[in-house]
Amino acid sequence: MKARFLIPLGLFLALAGLFWFVLNQMNRGDYNPRELPSALIDKPAPTFSLPNLHQPDQTIGTPNFLGQVSLFNVWASWCVSCRVEHPFFMELARRNEVPIYGLNYKDERADALRWLDQLGNPYVASAFDFEGRVGIDWGVYGVPETFVVDKAGKIRMRFPGPVTEAIWNRKFAPLIAQLRSEQG
Amino acid sequence: MIHRLFPGLMLALLLGFATMGWAAIESFEFDSPEQEARFKQLSGELRCLVCQNQSIGDSNAELAQDLRREVFEMIKEGQSDAEIVDFLVARYGDFVLYRPPVNYTTALLWAGPFLLIAIGLFFMIRFIRTRVATTDGVGTLSAEEQSRLDVLLQTPAKDEHT
Repeated sequence: MKARFLIPLGLFLALAGLFWFVLNQMNRGDYNPRELPSALIDKPAPTFSLPNLHQPDQTIGTPNFLGQVSLFNVWASWCVSCRVEHPFFMELARRNEVPIYGLNYKDERADALRWLDQLGNPYVASAFDFEGRVGIDWGVYGVPETFVVDKAGKIRMRFPGPVTEAIWNRKFAPLIAQLRSEQG
Repeated sequence: MIHRLFPGLMLALLLGFATMGWAAIESFEFDSPEQEARFKQLSGELRCLVCQNQSIGDSNAELAQDLRREVFEMIKEGQSDAEIVDFLVARYGDFVLYRPPVNYTTALLWAGPFLLIAIGLFFMIRFIRTRVATTDGVGTLSAEEQSRLDVLLQTPAKDEHT
């Protein structure tokens, strides 16, 4: 074993390679060490009935999702990352890509309405979850989170963190195309 | 005057902050000490999803507060520990448990420590065996070495005062 002294170098290179790979994955948004798999994948979206953010006397609930592939986006006016993803949701709404429903999570109604007034409203409708109980039912552990709900009202994907164009193209768009082709 | 007041002022300020810290902790009214014990037990075993290395009992994250409230209300409603745990697992998965069930995704987690001990034992035993094998040859000298050793032992040291 003449080359024994090379073992530490080899170990170092292997570790450096691993770190580089993982950091690269994190930068591209493919890997998030804090990401949790949703316990609700392929399960029916939890039913709820909440006041509409804009019209408190009307309610929004799970029936609103049925029959179409839709996004359910958890947002709040106090959430910084929501501001990051918001322009992209506006873009999606402009392109008429997919109906986006919002869950306004643990927010003040006035703040939420002002936020939408100032930045624009990409949502078909937002449900007002002041106490965060619907959030718990959906397994929400941070804001923003985005769910993809299929025609039958099943959750097919959950993405925690801000949705960007790159993530959309890689993760959302192919799934949504596939779900649209499924029998409803 | 100010100098003499200053330590007292600081102390009062610090004590003031101390009570503020306590004020943030919600007070739950339990029907019985038994319920309170169950609450403490459960909130110590459920993991906060936000600050992933704390239990919901330890964490000050908003979600942990909400989950404590949820657990509290379920205890008050008379639900069993298993029902409460199932409620949270259905929403957040096994990750919410500090004591996850044994299944094939957690197999490595449960078997890991024993695996590491086994690997460690394997290398330790191998190390000890090779060392015994090498020390075995040390006690024997060739005839030539033995005669040289005898000569060396019989030669008096040169600086010895006799």
